Amino acid sequence: MDREIQFNLNGNETTVVIKDHWTLLHLLREELGLLGTKEGCGSGECGACTVMVDDLAVNACLYLAVEVDSKKVVTIEGLASADGELHPVQKAFVENGGIQCGFCSPGMIMSATALLKENATPEEDDIKHAIAGNICRCTGYVQIIDSIRKAARAEEGDTVRVVAWQDD
Amino acid sequence: MNNLSVVGQRIPKLDAAEKATGRSRYIQDVTLPGMLYGKILYSKYAHARIVRIDTSRARKLEGVRAVLTGTDIPEIRMGVYKDNPPLKSGKVRSYRDEVAAVAAVDLKTAEEAIRLIEVTYEALPAVFDPETAMKKEAPLVHEAHKTNVLKMPWKLHYGDVEAARSEAAHIVEDRFSATWVTHCCLGTSGCIADFDHDNHLTVYSNTQIPSLAQKDFLGTLKALGLKDRRARVIKPCIGGGFGSKLDTYAYEHVAILLAFHARKPVKIQFDRKEEFIATSTRQPAIMNIVQGCDENGRLLFRDIRMILDNGAYTSWGATTPSVMMLPISSLYRVPNVRYEALCVYTNNTYAQAMRGYGNPQATFAIESAMDALAAKAGIDPVEFRRINANHGDEVTPQGFRITTCGLAGCIDKVAEALGGGKRKKGEGVGYASLVHVGGGARVYKSDGCGTLMKMNDYGQLDLFTGATDMGQGADTVIAQIVAEELGLHIEDIHVIHSDTDICPWDVGAHASRTTFVAGNSALGAARQLRSQIVKIASRVLDVDPQDIRLNDRMVISRQDPEKKIELGKLLRKSHFSPGGNMLMAEYFYDPDNENLGRDFKGNLSMTYTFGTHGARVRVDEETGKVEILRYVAAHDVGRAINPLLLEGQVYGGVMMGIGYALTEQVQLEKGEIMNPNFRDYKILTAKDTVPIAAPFLETTDAEGPYGAKGIGEPGCVPTAPAIANAIYDAVGVRIKDLPITPERVLAALKKKGGDDTCGIDPLTEKVYDCTS
Ligand code: FES
Ligand code: FES
Repeated sequence: MDREIQFNLNGNETTVVIKDHWTLLHLLREELGLLGTKEGCGSGECGACTVMVDDLAVNACLYLAVEVDSKKVVTIEGLASADGELHPVQKAFVENGGIQCGFCSPGMIMSATALLKENATPEEDDIKHAIAGNICRCTGYVQIIDSIRKAARAEEGDTVRVVAWQDD
Repeated sequence: MNNLSVVGQRIPKLDAAEKATGRSRYIQDVTLPGMLYGKILYSKYAHARIVRIDTSRARKLEGVRAVLTGTDIPEIRMGVYKDNPPLKSGKVRSYRDEVAAVAAVDLKTAEEAIRLIEVTYEALPAVFDPETAMKKEAPLVHEAHKTNVLKMPWKLHYGDVEAARSEAAHIVEDRFSATWVTHCCLGTSGCIADFDHDNHLTVYSNTQIPSLAQKDFLGTLKALGLKDRRARVIKPCIGGGFGSKLDTYAYEHVAILLAFHARKPVKIQFDRKEEFIATSTRQPAIMNIVQGCDENGRLLFRDIRMILDNGAYTSWGATTPSVMMLPISSLYRVPNVRYEALCVYTNNTYAQAMRGYGNPQATFAIESAMDALAAKAGIDPVEFRRINANHGDEVTPQGFRITTCGLAGCIDKVAEALGGGKRKKGEGVGYASLVHVGGGARVYKSDGCGTLMKMNDYGQLDLFTGATDMGQGADTVIAQIVAEELGLHIEDIHVIHSDTDICPWDVGAHASRTTFVAGNSALGAARQLRSQIVKIASRVLDVDPQDIRLNDRMVISRQDPEKKIELGKLLRKSHFSPGGNMLMAEYFYDPDNENLGRDFKGNLSMTYTFGTHGARVRVDEETGKVEILRYVAAHDVGRAINPLLLEGQVYGGVMMGIGYALTEQVQLEKGEIMNPNFRDYKILTAKDTVPIAAPFLETTDAEGPYGAKGIGEPGCVPTAPAIANAIYDAVGVRIKDLPITPERVLAALKKKGGDDTCGIDPLTEKVYDCTS
């Protein structure tokens, strides 16, 4: 059935006519052309499709579009400020090797952002818990966790440094 | 070389901000006007005769634009053995066999059309175990081939293994196995094929081999009677590679065929299930090893026989023995070596290249057996490895010329980090080392890569490389090398690596070769550009060419630093004057390495990379669960061009290796994949991360760009044996089959305790024999 919903999408009031069975991922990617949100599995197992609905991280591939009616949705496209300045979480991912192929990155960054909204000073275990549903095949998560930790506590500076040594 | 300003810096990946903002376009995000959606129908049997295919209902469905079966297409053969047509006719040989394909105006219609195709099969006896498939009475997977054993002569013998065996003081003999695992790229496979009016073809595909894929696609054009047409390969951003994209797949050729028939662009985009079922795995292997040393612990011989389950068709998995030979002949000094591998057709899925390309499998057997041999000889495992470590400036029995070698340094580093300290009950430490190609690998007739460059009037450079970036950071590393050479800033360099119409030839992103080969190629072009700049500057500044230095976008006289000019200004001067010029350069670097020749001898790579991994584990003797407490991965990297990206390669490799060691397995039940999803295929998550240290040893290799060696694959090579050895150290059981599940550990512990109850695999509910 067709239905009209109204929600706030990345700061803009948005009215769309949707079908009941559409997922939020379908609405974003196929209908609204917001391609930053990725589909890695389509069944809630990889987290590539993570967006924020009312500040909570959700899997857009499972979340029905009708459910966002009168809510606030933030996708990866809505994170940087209007002048293009990266969100601190994005910046931390860029600077600390949190991104390789980048396919997990939009979802990963949204999960991390939702975590930091809820808990500004997460412990390592909180970080791991928050991104446990986001699969990354490239990074081994080490630099992702490092990125999130640095986004949370920028002032503490670098944590891990790699040692290179020279043999003679 | 310590005055470097860009090389050696922790520079973020050039495309990281694009990716962080969701702007990067992957194949999932590409659509073309008028594009149709293709879908493939796969076999319902592991082995069956196709009696009849009725496509009439599918063809009548509104919105369907093309329907193809194996009998509608010309002769096209894929893979190294040319035994794999993109659509099968006559019979199917595995569940992943492509039987028919459709193109329709939308995905739903295409899926519906696939459902409407009726195939009548007549089931044939099938074979799923390579050892059974080798028997005379086994059903033939390819009748024309007359036997299930591939005619690939993987066989070498250096020195005299029998004589060495009779002299050995200590000998160990064992059997190991490694199973199917798969790449799990987060971005699934996909492509779009598009013909123009004159039948020139453009394929958008997330391939790791644009130039070789182009050649394959030209083959398909030729089969279609379009011999003199062009094929262009455009590669969108790639959502992970790891070797999975080193061959062309049926779906790519099917998309081309559908597009040709429908006269419209056709996209085929895999979903996750399809990605599990219809892309390839790592090559599984059954490995028998005998290894012996003298009373001082010096290795005397190594003798390995392998049986590889080739699956129903032949892709790069069947040639993994060529790389397995590397650790077999050259990991540690071993004077007498024998190796034989048989690849055997079965009705299972077939394997492809995957990070490390056979090296993780072989190293699992070798390094597990090294530990067993050390124990037998009564020598500490670290000491045993030191005694046998390779050295720089030596040639191994296979003819590999080792230039620089940091193995001993890596062993020491890991032992230092993990040795000592009190060990609690159930805790243990294990080590394993690796050797891999670090300076390209001449697997094809060419190991080359081309670079084109042009510099604009403001000193900004466009660099067109054959190299492929699939997330590892090739673009960034190349830019750093060039920026260093030309005294530019990293942001002055724009790397283009995405289009065969624009970029020069490259053999592909394999064998950890990109930093070394594409880096040297870019360096060669940069040097040419540099000499052009120097020539102009020497005239304009009136100084000797030898005296000129490029730094920080400036051209400066060393003698008289007052004589200097901004690079852009110099270029504008030279461009906008009579007889003006523009800066352009080209370079094709093909390393001076050798194809493996007779007896598989030859210096395959310009340099070899070494490393040692160590793990401290705790084994729960009640549950069989293995916990990694600390992991150290030391690598000889030549030089770290970008430590940030280098760490990323090692961390990512190690975690992939830990998955290989402990959790990952494509579960095949009579050829059918039982776990084609992330719920049941156990890829590690952030909760499974372990503390990893990744120290680098810089040996500054003379042939590498700024001394660098390749490091893309090594991170996952010795992981499984390091963990297996740590488990042995902890609880005294040696697990010989991957993955090392709690059930297997428990079964081994029970067997050791004299109890014969066996483990049950929760996934397959298969009962594990305690002897395995
Ligand atoms: S696409 Fe939604 S969880 Fe994987
Ligand atoms: S960066 Fe590739 S999956 Fe995470």
